[in-house]
Amino acid sequence: MGQTSSGGSSRTLVLPGDPVGEDVEARAPYIYVDDRGVKRAAVPGFVDDRGGKKVFVPLESIYIPKPGDIVIGMVHSVGVTNWFVDINSPYMAVLNLQDFLGRPFNPATDEPGRYLSAGDDIKAKVLAFDRTRNPLLTVQGEGLGKIVEGKIVEIAPARIPRVIGRKGSMLEVLSSETGCEIFAAVNGRVHVKCPNPEVEAIVILAIKTIEREAFTSGLTARIRKLIEEEKVVRGVGK
Amino acid sequence: MSVTPFRLPVIAKLRREAIEALIAKGLRVDGKRDPATPRSVTVELGVIERAEGSALVKLGNTQVMAGVKMDVGAPFRDTPDQGVLTVHAEFVPLASPLFEPGPPDENAIELARVVDRSLREVGAVDLGELVIRSGEKVWVVWVDLYILDHGGNLFDASMLAAMAALLNARIPYYEEIETGEVVVDRSKPPLGALPIRRRVVTVTVAKIGRHLAVDPDFEEESVADVRLVVALDDGGRIVGLQKSGEGAITREEARRAIALARQAAPVYFKALEEAATSSKADGS
Amino acid sequence: MKAAHGRLISEEGLRHDGRRPDEHRPVKMEVGVLSNADGSAMVEFGRTKVLAAVYGPREPPQRFMLLPDRAILRVRYHMAPFSTSDRKSPAPSRREVELSKVIREALEPVVISELYPRTAIDVFVEVLQADGGTRTAGVTAASLALADAGIPMRALVAGVAVGKVDGVLVLDVDEVEDSAGEADLPVAGAPDLGLITLLQLNGVLSEEEFEQALDMAWRAIEDLVRQEKEVLRRKYQGVSRA
Repeated sequence: MGQTSSGGSSRTLVLPGDPVGEDVEARAPYIYVDDRGVKRAAVPGFVDDRGGKKVFVPLESIYIPKPGDIVIGMVHSVGVTNWFVDINSPYMAVLNLQDFLGRPFNPATDEPGRYLSAGDDIKAKVLAFDRTRNPLLTVQGEGLGKIVEGKIVEIAPARIPRVIGRKGSMLEVLSSETGCEIFAAVNGRVHVKCPNPEVEAIVILAIKTIEREAFTSGLTARIRKLIEEEKVVRGVGK
Repeated sequence: MSVTPFRLPVIAKLRREAIEALIAKGLRVDGKRDPATPRSVTVELGVIERAEGSALVKLGNTQVMAGVKMDVGAPFRDTPDQGVLTVHAEFVPLASPLFEPGPPDENAIELARVVDRSLREVGAVDLGELVIRSGEKVWVVWVDLYILDHGGNLFDASMLAAMAALLNARIPYYEEIETGEVVVDRSKPPLGALPIRRRVVTVTVAKIGRHLAVDPDFEEESVADVRLVVALDDGGRIVGLQKSGEGAITREEARRAIALARQAAPVYFKALEEAATSSKADGS
Repeated sequence: MKAAHGRLISEEGLRHDGRRPDEHRPVKMEVGVLSNADGSAMVEFGRTKVLAAVYGPREPPQRFMLLPDRAILRVRYHMAPFSTSDRKSPAPSRREVELSKVIREALEPVVISELYPRTAIDVFVEVLQADGGTRTAGVTAASLALADAGIPMRALVAGVAVGKVDGVLVLDVDEVEDSAGEADLPVAGAPDLGLITLLQLNGVLSEEEFEQALDMAWRAIEDLVRQEKEVLRRKYQGVSRA
């Protein structure tokens, strides 16, 4: 049925309710075990047979924060001593003023709106989340904090691993071909910082193409070609 | 919009396990009955004199009162030669800590519509006999269900109360005056009984764990995943079904539930018959 | 209320629109038809057209609504004012209130709601054109929209109504058959798991007829879920063309 194969590995498309086979690791939320002990897909995905090792690759996913994740968030609203941050998840995240300042704050003079307001993008680390309270963010760490330049591209979180590529190979192509700095966050947001608007447009086009054709073969080569062609079209010199 | 219930009765986990363990052994929490036997049931007729018909049903701890009121009104355009039957249910706040004042919620609406359909589809009331002047004046029969005490299984108790109140109802005296108007005069003796052609009951079958049982009490209902309401007429036909609740059933369970409902239905029909006979003996 | 014999089933045993008793109307399914929703689908059973959209999981607008151990499902079944021959008032009718509940309870068994505590998953079902079978087309569209949104599900569900007209059991009743028929049995279920998630009967059936009608519905549901999977497969063909 939905089976394709290329060079020793084979791939089967499975849909919610389809059995995935006993040798696929049961991994919530993508795979569940029914009352009779049968492992079934809960979301659309592929079962990839990688030389005998069966792996489930989800085609859809909903971002659920995990402590340690680096996410790109957007300030949604400003509280009295904190911010509520949209991290493209069912759960609104919280960033405390004290964490942002890195010191105890003075309620008389330190007001959160002075530092970040609604619509600001931030790069932050998930400090804690247990699904009973809102996820807690921190910006204390290398490269974290308010994002002041570049663009944020939003794509399906399930496609982020393809933007990164195996061992970072796709990211490497994207940045070496364009000279942009690119950070792909697990919550489906990609931060691009480019030397000029022309290459920025090209890199965004490339990321959207990766999202749309994420699981086609030879993607890395085609993306490289796409960027080269676009550079010619848009007259961006080497 | 229908929302997953978020104000649920909390049943102690130990109690839940006890209920499931008993059902698995073919026993019930309230003792003295098996999965195919309803709780003790009584039907009392004519409890509200102002109503054209009324009944109070007690099914275990559940109490439902039904009142029938009749008005002269216009028929529906597509059925000019039929009276009108309307069922409403009120989950009165005094009946349960879970009930709030306000307009009927989805549970009350579902209950009323299941009772309404079960009566209507089989022609329990002969609406063709309730025409005063074709296309213009017909009897409108209102059946109002009043939940007074929620001890579980409101469907069966409400269906019984509706059926009993209809059996009890008397058509009020009326006159057509010169202007063509129809005037009802309740000070005069009523004209006679409502034309009842069929008797209908519902038997609710709950799935608790992997087991089926009829007439769940409040606790059983709270731990049940799903209920199947089976409406049966006195000719043994299935005249309505409603799966209600968050769970699912297999096809085999649906068949077994219907068989169980059939087994239990005579208890309800007997309660109706006894009430009807004793009220006749009273001369009411 | 019984139809005059022979009015809806011809001497050749065909229905008023020429279908055989066990024949479904032409089915159309499409996913991802709306841009804002997290998932969406359009399903047509003949002239019946139903649109479903899914939003969430997301924080419910009223926090008192949330449950600590699972997501709540909020489902609205609604008919567009122009969907029926007489204009339907847009205010929710008692029928719509009941059907919203029945459809929600048809989805509850398959949505793995315990993965997203304290959130709401919203399913909006809009009947754009009604010609019988709107609740079952609605369940089918909702199933596709949930899968399209990536909401983890135990299995896909689909629904169909079996009716009885002129004493004959017929699959996928339209409005003419529904209003003149002797019985209407809407069923929805998850064939992968062998579970019925919606079951109603409006009308009169013998026990034997019920079993036949349920079997007829079940075969159609299996076929509808196969079609749902085909449509979803097509959606992912683009991202995976080798």
